[in-house]
Order: sequence, then structure tokens, then C-alpha cells
Amino acid sequence: MQFLGKKKKWWFIISGMIILPGILALIFWGLNYGIDFKGGTILEIKIKDKEYKIEEIQETLKPLGLPGLTLIPTADKTILIKTAPVEKEVTDKEKAALKEKYGEIEEIRFESVGPTVGKDLTRKAIQAVILACVGIVLYIAFAFRNVPKKYSSFKFGLSAIFALIHDILVVVGVFSLVGHFSGYEVDAYFITAILTVLGFSVHDTIVVFDRIRENLRRFPEASFEEVANASINQTLGRSISTSFTVILTLLALFLIGGDSIKPFVFTLLVGITTGTYSSVFTATPILVLWQKQK
Amino acid sequence: MKRYLLPLFILLVAFGAFWVDRPNVKPLEIEALNIERDLKIHQGLDLKGGVHLVYEGDFSKIEAKDQEKAHQGVVNVIDKRINALGVTEPVIQKGQIGDKKTIVVELPGITDTEAAIKMIGQTAQLKFLEQKDNKWTETGLTGAHLKNAEVTMNPETGDPEVAIEFNNEGAKLFKDITQRNLQKQVAIQLDENIISAPTVQTVIEEGKAVITGKFDIKEAKNLAINLTSGALPVPIKLIEQRNISATLGPESVKKSLLAGVLGIILVALYMIFHYKTPGLLAVIALAIYALIVLALFKLIPVTLTLAGIAGFILSIGMAVDANILIFERMKEELKGGKPLGAAIEEGFKRAWLSIRDSNISSLITCLILIWLGSGLVRGFAVTLAIGILVSLFSAITVTRTLLRFFIGKKIEKFIKI
Repeated sequence: MQFLGKKKKWWFIISGMIILPGILALIFWGLNYGIDFKGGTILEIKIKDKEYKIEEIQETLKPLGLPGLTLIPTADKTILIKTAPVEKEVTDKEKAALKEKYGEIEEIRFESVGPTVGKDLTRKAIQAVILACVGIVLYIAFAFRNVPKKYSSFKFGLSAIFALIHDILVVVGVFSLVGHFSGYEVDAYFITAILTVLGFSVHDTIVVFDRIRENLRRFPEASFEEVANASINQTLGRSISTSFTVILTLLALFLIGGDSIKPFVFTLLVGITTGTYSSVFTATPILVLWQKQK
Repeated sequence: MKRYLLPLFILLVAFGAFWVDRPNVKPLEIEALNIERDLKIHQGLDLKGGVHLVYEGDFSKIEAKDQEKAHQGVVNVIDKRINALGVTEPVIQKGQIGDKKTIVVELPGITDTEAAIKMIGQTAQLKFLEQKDNKWTETGLTGAHLKNAEVTMNPETGDPEVAIEFNNEGAKLFKDITQRNLQKQVAIQLDENIISAPTVQTVIEEGKAVITGKFDIKEAKNLAINLTSGALPVPIKLIEQRNISATLGPESVKKSLLAGVLGIILVALYMIFHYKTPGLLAVIALAIYALIVLALFKLIPVTLTLAGIAGFILSIGMAVDANILIFERMKEELKGGKPLGAAIEEGFKRAWLSIRDSNISSLITCLILIWLGSGLVRGFAVTLAIGILVSLFSAITVTRTLLRFFIGKKIEKFIKI
């Protein structure tokens, strides 16, 4: 089956159509950052015996002047009370006020993160992504050093990184869209998921590139594009099988797993799907276009 | 003979792993190697519930060369205080946020978080003051001169008090102070607050004193612990707190584990359905793989968190991928007309390059995460890295050995892809 040739532009158009809404969402809505990044407090409580209304709780807490106060009822009949970063004494008052009004309250979760912690996490996450990219380019350039002289091994590495950036754009964009509607937040788990997608995306791309490397040696007369197309065809069965098994596991986790890991698993699902797509339909066409140029 | 060496080795590893994985396995102790493992799965805070605290120390008043020592000093003091609380498996570590020195404290299974926070945060700077020109001035006698502190009850009022005992130097200082200030007031100051200012009745030579104040029994007990464990060398500030309820953890974990098991069963069914006998062999290899990884979690030991479980499940995906790569390659070689034995060997040989390169790039990512990441991210990267390393062994060695078993025997005809 012909995947490259004139069809190349279609794959780029499809990618663009997926990425564009995400980018627009990013521009207009941004990302829904959790307290891991911004700092702040989350208090999750369950009010036991008394009837309550969200507005009423809002009224109870109003005199305390909590900055950035938001109340969110959850599916498990608990209430999330979020604020911007505040001193410990303030959160103590917050809890005391609730206890006074509602008597027995069950404190399910309390998290308080200072603003410096968030900045550090952001810095480290960006550092990790950049370092990982550099490491991967160098490794691929090294592993592919034996490709025929007229093809640059660095182009293999950099094409893989292009596919990677494509995947990160898709994931972050989709998350911005979904985050706007579902309240999924960017937290430390999100960073973990992005990094996993990064690993998996490159993993997938390398399998295709490895095949190209092998076929280049076997068929020195064929054009790069022909070799690349044959390699895609030969590895397609594997790509589908592997992604299918991973997506199967993730779907099981998403549908029946615990609520706390759902945003994490969702990010992985999106990322691994686009990772499989990009290894065939982004990384390889870019590599072909690039190797054609002298 | 050589033919049987590898199968024997695999069998040995599998049984070893199974032995470690058994429920109710006895702790492992090898004195000669200084190895001591309780062979339990250590659960992280998000699974077991508890509190995660991060403190920032103010080291600005300490000279640069002594800061590292003071940082460790803070950890040691907090460690002593926590031990006195009787928390099992606490974690107290030095940390760094930007250029600020921090202390990470994890207390699993604790219920009264507020009490713990109060106790950790108390600087416990004890000072004895005397009056000079109508002003309180330091006498040089401090908490550093204490030998012991314990809670006693005042025989008259029944109120809790803290009885303190000075070391030799302290006793001498205390004797001088009481001599100087006979019939005058001396004050006991704790963290910048004067908590009592009794009038000296007699010269005290034996180096013992009682701190009275308005504390309840719990406060008195905490004060005694803090005085015994020593003062914090620098003031600390709580900058991050996460209470994880024990009721949220187990339910979420149970569901997620169930989902994980279901996912694995589905994958196994797919492999058997899609790749027939070799698929079944791959499933056996994957079972051995899971046994080994679990055993390593217990042996190293790795503290398992929700993120860690995710890393483990993902590594299963990568292990399955290695098998799929091999089988797809075998299929191609068989289509090309090679006999089964040659197709198997060729399939492994050619798939190996892809498996190696893809897994090494994942390992590079893992190493960077272990190096740079904080708690949660690191836990994920560690389990993923272990999983990838073991999967290289299981796909290449275990699956191949199982497949070779069929070659040249009557059962060869069962291998169909």
C-alpha cells in the first residue's frame, strides 16, 4: 500500500486538523493548572448528617476573605474547596468555620502547596523534557551511524523529535479542550503522562526507522521514499498489534479504574494513540522530505 | 549439556521469584552480605494514607560552609521527634527546591496530623533568663545543657509539668544562676515566649528543675520529647502539606488493580487468539516476567505508589511489544519460505535491533526522570525502568527458549502463526 508519495500532504493536513483546535483552546482558555503548579490549597470534605447548599458554604467562608475561593461539588458527594496559597493559620480558620456550621465533617483530603514548589516543578519538568529530547537525538544518531553515507543519521533523530513535538502538541491541546469542560487539571501526574508519551512515541518511531535502516542496506538501488514506504507496510502489523494491546489495558484502567487516576490514564490514551499515528504518518514523511533535499 | 543450561537458569530464576512473591514469605537475612529485607510490598502514601509534609529551612543566619551540616541537623532532630511519636516507616529526607533547602517528611497511617505538625514545627529553643536593670537577659543556660526531660504531675495541683535534668555543665550554671538570683525571678523562655517566671527560693545544686505552664498532658508530653531530641538548628516553615485519607487510597487502588488485571487478561487473550501457540508461549513468558518484576520490587525494595503501578502496567505493554515485534518478524521470514527453526532464529535476530533501540531510548527517558523528578515522577520512572530491563530478558531469553523447545520435535506442527 502506498502511504507516502502524493499522500504525504494528507497526513500533515490531518495532523493540522487535530492540532489546530487544541492550539486555539490553548490560546483562548489556556491550561487548567492544578495546585501542584500554581500553589494553593484544596480541602475535600464530606458533610455527614446535615443538609447543605454550595451557596451556603460560600457564605460561611466569605468572612474569612479567602483568596481565589472556589467550591466544586464532586460525583462522590464530596465538596472541593480550593484557594490560592495561604498561610496555615488561614486554613485552620477555614476548617474551624466549617466545623462550627456543620458539626461532624469528614476531611477526605487536604493539600497545601506553596508557590515556590510549583515553580520548581515547572522548571524541572521543562528541563526533563529538553534533556530527554537531547538524549534521544544523540542516541538515535549513534544507533543509526551505519546508514549509507548519503543519508544523515541526525535527520533520523531530529525527525523522531518532530513526531514527538507533534504528539506533545496533540496531548496538551486536547487536554486544554477537555480541561475546559471536564475540570481535568494539569498536575504532577500530567507531567508523568507527557513523559511516558514521549518515551512511547520515540519507541514507536524507532521501530519504523530501524526497518528503514535495514531495508536501505538490503536494497541500495531503491529510492529513499520506496524504502520508507515498504518499511511502513512491513511494520504496520506490529504497530497496530502493539498499540491495540496497550490501548486495551489503558481502556480497562480508564473505564473501571479508580477516579484518582482517570485524568492520568486519559492523557496516556490520547498520547499513545497519537504516538502510534505520528511514528508512521508524521516522522516518516518528514524524514522522506528531508532526506530528499540535498 | 549447554542446551539445557539456559532453560535451567530460567527455571531457577522463575522459582526464585515465585519464592519471594509468595504471600507470607519470611524476611530474608544474609548476614555475610549485610542484606536484610522484609520482602513486603512497601506501599506509598497514596495507597496507605498518611501525610506528606515539606518544610523550608531558613539557613540565612548560618555560615555557608556549615549549612549542609545544619540541614542534616534539622533532619536528625525531626527524625528523633517522629520516632518518639511511634510512626511506622516514616520518611524524613533532605530536599531542595530551587536554591532553598527543604525537608520532606512522610508519615504513613497517621491520624492526628495537626499534633504531628505542631510537634515537628516547634523550634524548641529553651533559654533561661535573669533580670538585669529590669530587663530579661540571657544567662547562657539553654536547652543544649539538658540531659533529660519528662512529664510529671504536680503533687499539689495535679497539673502536668515537665521535669528537666541538666548535664554537669548545665547543673553548674544553674547553681550559679540560682545563687545570683536568690529571692528574685528567673524566666524560662521557649521559642521567644516566656512560659514561666518563678521566684528562686533556694540554691539548687543537683541540676534539676520543673517547667510549669498552662499545658495539658499532650502538650507537656510533646514539649518533653522536643526538649530531649534537641532544638532545631534553624527555624522551619511548612510549605507543602498533603493529607491523604486512608479511605480514598485502598478503594482507588482496588479498582485500579482490578482494571490492571482485566487489562492483562485481555492482552493475553489477544496474544493467544492472534499468534496461536507462540502467543501462548509469550503469555507464559510474560507471567514469568511479572513474577520477576514483583520479586525485584520486594528485594530492592521499591515503594509502590499509584504512579508506580502505572509504570509497571506500561512496562508490561513494552514487554508485550517485544514479543509482537519478534512474532511479526517470524511471520515474514516464514512467508519468505524459511523453515521454522531458521525463521525463529532470524526473527529474534532481526527484531532484537528494534527492541534494543526502542527500549534504550525509553531507558534514557527513565534515567533523566529518576535524576530530575520528584517523589511521584521518580516512583513512576523507577518501576518503568525495572520493567524495561526485565522485559529485555524475558522477551529475548524466555520466549526464545520456550520456542526452541518445539523445533525438530513432533510437536513442531503446533507452531503456526
